[in-house]
Amino acid sequence: MRALKSFALLRESWVGMAGAFIVAFWIVMAIFAPWIAPYDPLELMQPFAEPGAEWKGGGTFWLGTDSLGRDILSRIIWGSRTVLIYAPLATICAYTVGIVMGLLAGYRLGWWDMILSRIADIVLSFPVLVLYVIVIATIGASGINIVIAITFASAPGIMRIVRGLTLDLRNRDYVAAAQTRGESDWFIMLAEILPNARGPLIVDACLRLGYVVITIGILGFLGLGLPPPDPDWGGMVSESRSLAMAFPYMAVFPCIAISSLILGFNLLADGLREISLRD
Amino acid sequence: MLIMIAKRMAYMVLTMLVVSLLLFLLLEASPGSVATKVLGPYSSDEQRMIWLENHGYFEPIYARYFSWLGNFAAGDFGESIRFKVPVAEILWPRLWSTAILGFWAMALIIPIALVLGVLSGMKEGSIQDRVVSIASVITTSVPEFASAVFFITIFVFGLKWLPGTSTMANGFDPLQLVLPVMVLVIYDFGYVARMTRASMAEVMTTHYIRTAVLKGLPYRRVIMNHALRNALIAPFTVIMLQINWLLSGVIVVEVAFAYKGFGALLLEASLNQDIYVIEACAMVAVFVAVGTQTLADIGYTFLNPRIRFS
Repeated sequence: MRALKSFALLRESWVGMAGAFIVAFWIVMAIFAPWIAPYDPLELMQPFAEPGAEWKGGGTFWLGTDSLGRDILSRIIWGSRTVLIYAPLATICAYTVGIVMGLLAGYRLGWWDMILSRIADIVLSFPVLVLYVIVIATIGASGINIVIAITFASAPGIMRIVRGLTLDLRNRDYVAAAQTRGESDWFIMLAEILPNARGPLIVDACLRLGYVVITIGILGFLGLGLPPPDPDWGGMVSESRSLAMAFPYMAVFPCIAISSLILGFNLLADGLREISLRD
Repeated sequence: MLIMIAKRMAYMVLTMLVVSLLLFLLLEASPGSVATKVLGPYSSDEQRMIWLENHGYFEPIYARYFSWLGNFAAGDFGESIRFKVPVAEILWPRLWSTAILGFWAMALIIPIALVLGVLSGMKEGSIQDRVVSIASVITTSVPEFASAVFFITIFVFGLKWLPGTSTMANGFDPLQLVLPVMVLVIYDFGYVARMTRASMAEVMTTHYIRTAVLKGLPYRRVIMNHALRNALIAPFTVIMLQINWLLSGVIVVEVAFAYKGFGALLLEASLNQDIYVIEACAMVAVFVAVGTQTLADIGYTFLNPRIRFS
């Protein structure tokens, strides 16, 4: 019911609607990939087919094939699964860590605040990509390690936001009431403060999802992403980069795919912010 | 004021120290793996032991950290495992190349972003405001590697105007710098423009602007003399912090265009586990990032009278 209500609100912002539509489009692609994709994304068929070329085995390569003869359209559709599994997973992990850190720092104050804030300052002083490159090159490139690295680098930023919101909310009457009732710190933080801080956090989560998609793309592009042969948009660009002068379509289509998904998240965040500012 | 600057500086040094310790623990905590990286996977155990002995790796870890830190502060970064030359010899020319790239990117980002931000913040909700907002959302949604691919397709493959790689193999060529700089500008200007817009829009709602308009000052003078001076304080910080983002962007752009700069060096070193080069690059990156943050903080207090006098 509540989800329906916020959807109805979103309809008032066409920017937010456009973003929601793009994101929903890719979610549908990811869920129904086996039925939508015309070919197996790993099958080697006919190398260097131009977009729109017919295959002798039947069917058309709408977006062409890559240097190994894999259908690019099918790889993009399957690749949406990869990014839509890892990006939300990494964002959720980062939020869990960031929220706990932020609540502790903002509610307990004192030493907790001092130490956690210093840790956040130090992590945030690193240029993000430098951090990712060093950490992932050292611990190895895999899905889990990407999630760990993103959590490590993003949690401090989330912590700062949560801390700021907590500092404001901890003086509210309902928190005082809970304290008088004798509720535990954790109950107050998670059941009283966190639900009331959700507005700005939801907007931030949308923006951050966009950044995480960019990060996963960049890591794939730099050769630090998921190991081949699984289809991954950044990896597809990286594989076809040396051929970009002769066969630009191999890199262009995955780039369009990833840019559209990021645009979707950013527009959705803009729409949500517009709505939250209105009331 | 002086106390505040000293505090910021001390804080900067402290951050660098903590970062160096973390870096050291991540890369050099286990001597065995260091020896394997330096001598290669086919070295015998005996060779590794001798190397470790000669390079003082049997000292306790804190002693190793301090001697490493001492060498580092003196400018001795060790020797690159891959190139067999002192790290400094590779690092400084690469850093200079990146500085050129970063300079041109900033030289374009700052005026473009400030002008667009002020124009759209002057009248919230106007057509120019909407156009700038939408343009900045779209440009910040296209990651650097994607815009690099798009530009290469348009300007190199399609129009054949510009070179697609920027190796600078035959000496410095300004034409090869065009695409890398364009990619950085397109991706980064949007954020600064949005922040400038927000700051300008906020100033436009203040009482002193309303007073200036109501007492009949020409609109131009209200903007130029009253609004801009206050609206440009916040973007200053944003621009300084943007250098941190630029350092990330530079890695992608240098790899995409095969530009021989600092970011590409860091990636190569990381992929080859050339640990001394990684350490030097990471410390330089953090130094630039923390240094600009410190400058941003100090500059902000200079610019903002409300903080200066309190």
